Amino acid sequence: MSAGARSSWTVQTRTRAATVFAVVAVIILAVAIAAPLFVSRGTLQDLFFILTMLVLAQNWNLLAGYAGLVSVGQQAFVGFGAYAMFACVSLWGLDPVSAILVGGIAAALLSIATGFFVFRLYGAYFAIGTWVVAEVVRLVLAQWRALGGGTGTSLPNTAIRDFGPVEWISDAFGVRSSQAADILTYWLALVLVCATIGFIYWLLRSRQGLGLAAVRDNQEAARSVGVDARRIKWIVYVAVAFATGLAGALIYVQKARISPDAAFSVIDWTAYVIFIVVIGGIGTLEGPIVGVIVFFILQKTLADFGSWYLLVLGLIGIAVMLFAPKGLWGLFSDRTGIQFFPVRRILKGGPTFDKPGTRGGPHG
Amino acid sequence: MIWVDTIVQGILLGGLYALFAAGLSLVFGVMRLVNLAHGDLIVLGAFLILVLVTALGLNPFIAAAVALPVMFGLGWLLQYHVLNRTLGDDILPPLLVTFGLSIVIQNALLESFSADSRRIPAGALETASISLGPIAVGVMPLLTFVSAVGVILGLNLLFYRTELGRAFRATSDDAVTAGLMGVDPKRLFATATGLAMIVVTIAALYLGTRSNFDPTIGPARLIYAFEAVIIGGLGSFWGTLAGGIIIGVAQTLGAAINPEWQILAGHVAFLVVLLARPRGLFPRATD
Repeated sequence: MSAGARSSWTVQTRTRAATVFAVVAVIILAVAIAAPLFVSRGTLQDLFFILTMLVLAQNWNLLAGYAGLVSVGQQAFVGFGAYAMFACVSLWGLDPVSAILVGGIAAALLSIATGFFVFRLYGAYFAIGTWVVAEVVRLVLAQWRALGGGTGTSLPNTAIRDFGPVEWISDAFGVRSSQAADILTYWLALVLVCATIGFIYWLLRSRQGLGLAAVRDNQEAARSVGVDARRIKWIVYVAVAFATGLAGALIYVQKARISPDAAFSVIDWTAYVIFIVVIGGIGTLEGPIVGVIVFFILQKTLADFGSWYLLVLGLIGIAVMLFAPKGLWGLFSDRTGIQFFPVRRILKGGPTFDKPGTRGGPHG
Repeated sequence: MIWVDTIVQGILLGGLYALFAAGLSLVFGVMRLVNLAHGDLIVLGAFLILVLVTALGLNPFIAAAVALPVMFGLGWLLQYHVLNRTLGDDILPPLLVTFGLSIVIQNALLESFSADSRRIPAGALETASISLGPIAVGVMPLLTFVSAVGVILGLNLLFYRTELGRAFRATSDDAVTAGLMGVDPKRLFATATGLAMIVVTIAALYLGTRSNFDPTIGPARLIYAFEAVIIGGLGSFWGTLAGGIIIGVAQTLGAAINPEWQILAGHVAFLVVLLARPRGLFPRATD
C-alpha cells in the first residue's frame, strides 16, 4: 500500500447521534444551571442527590467497568473526604469550598496508602480487601473524639452562613442562607458531574484509555504490546478516590452532620452505586446516567416500603446481571447502535478499491 | 495469667471464625467463586435454627441437625440455578450477583424478623464452664473450637480421601478436562455449595447460641471469614483454621487493651500479614 493511500485513512470517534446529543446536553446543562431560579428547594435537594450519586456511579464505573477493579469499599473515600472536610471547617476554620478540595486530596492520599495493601489482592479478593480497608478507616475515625467519636458531630452553623459565596447568593436571590447553601452545593455538584464525565470521556479517548480498554479485555496481551497495566490501574484507583472524596465532602457540606456509620455506610455509598451502574449498564458512560434516573424513580416510588425497597433493588440488580449484563443502556444501544459518548475508533476513508466503512472492535 | 487466659479465649474465638471461613474456603477452592453473601447466609442459618427452636421447642443441636438438609438443598439450588450462570472468566457477574444476594437476604430478614437482636437459647450450656488447669473455659467456646477442628478434618478427608474429593480437585484444576472424564461440573459445583452450606449451618448454630445476632451482622462475618482465608493461604483448610485463630487472638488481645479496639485489632493483624506474606501463611493454590 502506498504512503498516499495510507494517509487518506482517518480515525474518528464522532457519530451523528453523539453530535445531536452534544447539542441537547448543552441545552440541558443551561437549564440545569438556571434551575435554582424556578424549582422548589425540595426539588433542588433531589437534584443534588441525583448529581452526587451520578458522580459516585461514574467513578465506580470507571474503576470496575473500565479498569476491572471491582471495589466494594468506595465508602472509605466518601467518608474520609467528608471527615477531612469536617476537620478543616470545624477544627481549623477553613471555608467549605477549600475544605471540599482538601477532602478530595485527603481521599487521594488515603488511596495511595491503602493501594499498597489492596493491590496485593486480585479479583474478588481485591473487592473484600477494599471493604476491610473501609472498615479500618471507619473504626479509626470513630476514635477521633474532636469530631464526636462514634456518635458524630455537626458543622457549625456560622461556617456555611458567613461564607462569602453563600452570602452573595442569599442577597442576589433574596433567599435565606440555608437555601442559599443548597443552591451553592447544587451548583458545585453540577460542576463535579461535568468535570467527572468530561475527565472520564477524555481519558477513554486518550492513549491511556486505549491502554485501559486493552488491559480490561486481555491483560497479558496488553502487557505484551507495552501497556503498563499496573501503572494505569494505580492512576485510575487514585483519580477515582480523589473524585469520590470530593463528592463525599460535598455531600456532607450539604448534610452538615456526620457520623462514622453514616459516612462509611456500605449501603449508601457502595451498594446503591453498584446497583445504579449495573442496572444502567456497566462499562459505558451513558449507563450510570440511565441508572441514576431509574434508581431515583424507584426510590421515590418505594420510599414508603422500608426494607422492601432494597430487597427489590437487589433483585433487579441480580436479574439485570444474569439476563442483561450490559444493563438497560446496553439493551438500548445494542438495538439502535446509538452511543452518546462514542469511544469506539472508527476507520474511515482509505483507498477507493476498498469499501469504506467501519472497522475495528468496540475499543479500537 | 490474665494474658494466658486472653490468648486461650482468643484461640477458642478463632474456632468460630474458622467455621465462618471454612465454607468460603471450600467454595473458592472448587470453583474460584467468592460468595459475598456468605456472611448473610450464616445469619440466615441462625434465624432458621432460631425458628425451629422457638416454634418446635427443639434443642438447638437437634434444630441445627434439622436445618442441615434444608440449608444443603438451598445451597444446591442457589448454585445450580443462579450462581453457575455467573461463572466464567469475567469476575464481575459472580461478585455483583452475590453482592445483590447479600442485600436481598439482609432485607428479607429485616422484613421478616425486624432489626431486634436475637439469641438462640441453649439452656444451661450457655453458662457452663470447665477448668483447664488455672483457667476456666466456657463449654460453648470449647465445643465451637472442637467443631471447627472436626469440620476442617472432615473437609480434608473429603478432599483427599474420597471419590467426590478427587472430582472436586480435578474440576478445580481443569473443569473442561474433568468434564471429559465424566464429571458434570454444574452438579459438582452445586454439591460443593451444598456442602459449604452445611458448614455454614454449623457456624450459624454457634454464632446464634454464643452471642446476639440481627439481620445486619452478615457482612462483618464475611469479612472475618475472608481475613481468615487470606491469612491462612488460599486452598489450605488447616491454614484457614490458623487464620481464624490469628484473628481471634488479635481481637481478644486488642479488647484486653481497649474494648473499642477489638474489631480493629483483628483487621490490623490481617493487614500486617497481607503486607508481610501476601500469599498467606500456608499457601497452596496460586490464585
